[in-house]
Amino acid sequence: MSHRFSITRFLAIITKEFIQMRRDRVTFGMMVGIPMLQLLLFGYAINSDPKDLPAAVLMNDNGPQARTLLGAIRNSSYYKFVKQLHSEDEAREVLEHGEVQFVITIPQDFSRDLLRGDKPALLVEADATDPAATSNAIGTVRTLINSALQNDLKGPLAYLAQTDVPVDLRVHALYNPEAITQYNIVPGLMGVVLTMTMVMITALAITRERERGTMENLLSMPTRPFEVLLGKIIPYMLVGYIQVVLILVAAHFLFHVPMVGNLGLLFAAAFVFIAANLAVGITFSTVSTNQLQAVQGSFFFFLPSLLLSGFMFPFRGMPQWAQNIGEVLPLTHFLRIVRGVLLKGNTFTDISLELWHISMFAIVALIIGVLRYRRTLD
Amino acid sequence: MNGDLAIDVKGMTKRFGTRTVVNGIDLQVRSGEIYGFLGPNGSGKTTFIRMLCGLLNADAGSGTCLGFDVIKESEAIKTQVGYMTQRFSFYEDLSIRENLDFVARMYGVKHRRAAVDASIEQLGLAGRERQLAGQLSGGWKQRLALAACLIHSPKLLLLDEPTAGVDPKARRDFWEQIHRLAAKGLTFLITTHYMDEAERCHRLAYLAYGNLLTHGTVAEVIDGAKLTTWAVRGTDLLNLAEKLRQCPGVHQAVAFGTSLHVSGGDATALEQAIAPFRSDYEWTLIRACLEDVFIHLMDQSKDNFAA
Repeated sequence: MSHRFSITRFLAIITKEFIQMRRDRVTFGMMVGIPMLQLLLFGYAINSDPKDLPAAVLMNDNGPQARTLLGAIRNSSYYKFVKQLHSEDEAREVLEHGEVQFVITIPQDFSRDLLRGDKPALLVEADATDPAATSNAIGTVRTLINSALQNDLKGPLAYLAQTDVPVDLRVHALYNPEAITQYNIVPGLMGVVLTMTMVMITALAITRERERGTMENLLSMPTRPFEVLLGKIIPYMLVGYIQVVLILVAAHFLFHVPMVGNLGLLFAAAFVFIAANLAVGITFSTVSTNQLQAVQGSFFFFLPSLLLSGFMFPFRGMPQWAQNIGEVLPLTHFLRIVRGVLLKGNTFTDISLELWHISMFAIVALIIGVLRYRRTLD
Repeated sequence: MNGDLAIDVKGMTKRFGTRTVVNGIDLQVRSGEIYGFLGPNGSGKTTFIRMLCGLLNADAGSGTCLGFDVIKESEAIKTQVGYMTQRFSFYEDLSIRENLDFVARMYGVKHRRAAVDASIEQLGLAGRERQLAGQLSGGWKQRLALAACLIHSPKLLLLDEPTAGVDPKARRDFWEQIHRLAAKGLTFLITTHYMDEAERCHRLAYLAYGNLLTHGTVAEVIDGAKLTTWAVRGTDLLNLAEKLRQCPGVHQAVAFGTSLHVSGGDATALEQAIAPFRSDYEWTLIRACLEDVFIHLMDQSKDNFAA
């Protein structure tokens, strides 16, 4: 009878699987937690039609129509007016730092020229490193201007409203004028790949010792936690740099991504970023008991990094709470650094704030990791 | 140094949650001694050894190990102790030489290359040194582990069931090596389940349920148990054993090949119990063996501690 399908044996295996599943609480928690995380992130945080993008206005004219326009920008759902600028240098600076996504320049004598029907030039400069973030907002600017001025152009001025657009709208998509998605994605991938592999590889390296029983031996030798942790981090750091070089080579030769900035600066920034991810890996390894849990833990970190960092979806399109989470993650800041250095030619001062964020994260993660790293088998 | 004691500890205690795994154990091991550590599975042998080499923090206890404070100076103790874990815990994906070299570096061994070469030579593994440790058989893994534990010339070796799953020939070689090393002044604390190995130790201790039940030389342990044992020969011993176990005064009736060992703590009570069966079987009064004593101790302690 044993060669026939046996319900008893079949049920025995089902029961055993359920028991094992129940014993491994962490794995079970992850199986429930990861879909929930995905649901929340995709459902609430992600928005491929970003609104409320920070914009600054350079007002060189104080006439009524210029102020109407400023008011319209303030009220529009696509733009969030953050500051009024006073010079072109300032405009360049806020764009380079990524403080704003748009700078709108209202030229001198805008109102006068408008009323004369001279079609004054209205300059909209956009940080187009991420084309997805800006395209909708750029598309809407024409309608915005039209409807804003419509109210002003009444009565004796109605004739101006007849013409198609009363201004000469000039849009400059800076840093990535052709809106080539690869220019944004490929440098970003460097951060994504590093996050995925660096966290997982260190988490595994330490849990493997525990799972195979070699940890007991290692702990019985006269060694300091820092020796073990640093000794495990350094080789993988090298692997991380190999990844950086490979991606840069591919970005240059296959995708022709412009490299405006200093590559040395990028390598230095990558050091801090890789260290941050390795530290996260160590922290995960101290809480997981086997390699599977370590992999799941890394995934738990990777998922928000991927979705909330601005890699897959425009960072500024997310609700505030999601942006706050994103600000904590090292990938968010590294993406700004990579894109900033490669596409905008950012210098050390431009990226120092981002570097500071990543360093803080790395230090906190490393402290947790070292504190949690057990020198005994207790 | 505390006289010539390699280990001198008092009241070593370890609890896991509410369970006391090692309960106030005192132990003294002399330098150059081979000290056997016996007891049923889960009696706290491994836990005790792990506390000695700083792998577990003791909940209570004091004393010295190689002259260092056993609680506070575990880092210093580690440098002079070799610990061989129950399960093979070297790197299976490293070769024999790479494993030895790693351990030598960890302990900061001087003239490392020479030390590793000598170790490989001694192991009889010259020529196979590039083989991965994971590919070795159980016996060879054990030899490699011992060699690795010895590479930094420790003063004390803690061996946790070093011969489990190793064939008799390899076990014999292993013990010969232990005795050679002990003669040079090395101290050993060895856990084992094999009685023949227990008898090869200079002194031994028996643990059950975290308590140290007895210690001393083999003769002292046997005499201390005050156990009377009869060997019985005849037919249908299985049936006889069943009957004897019911009798008061009989602590155990254990089959040893073709004979049955019947023991009890009280000689007269035992004699009364076996009296009805005297004529049908061939009875001889024998000296209790170590195994009789241990099983007797274990049964007694079960009554004392499991209650």
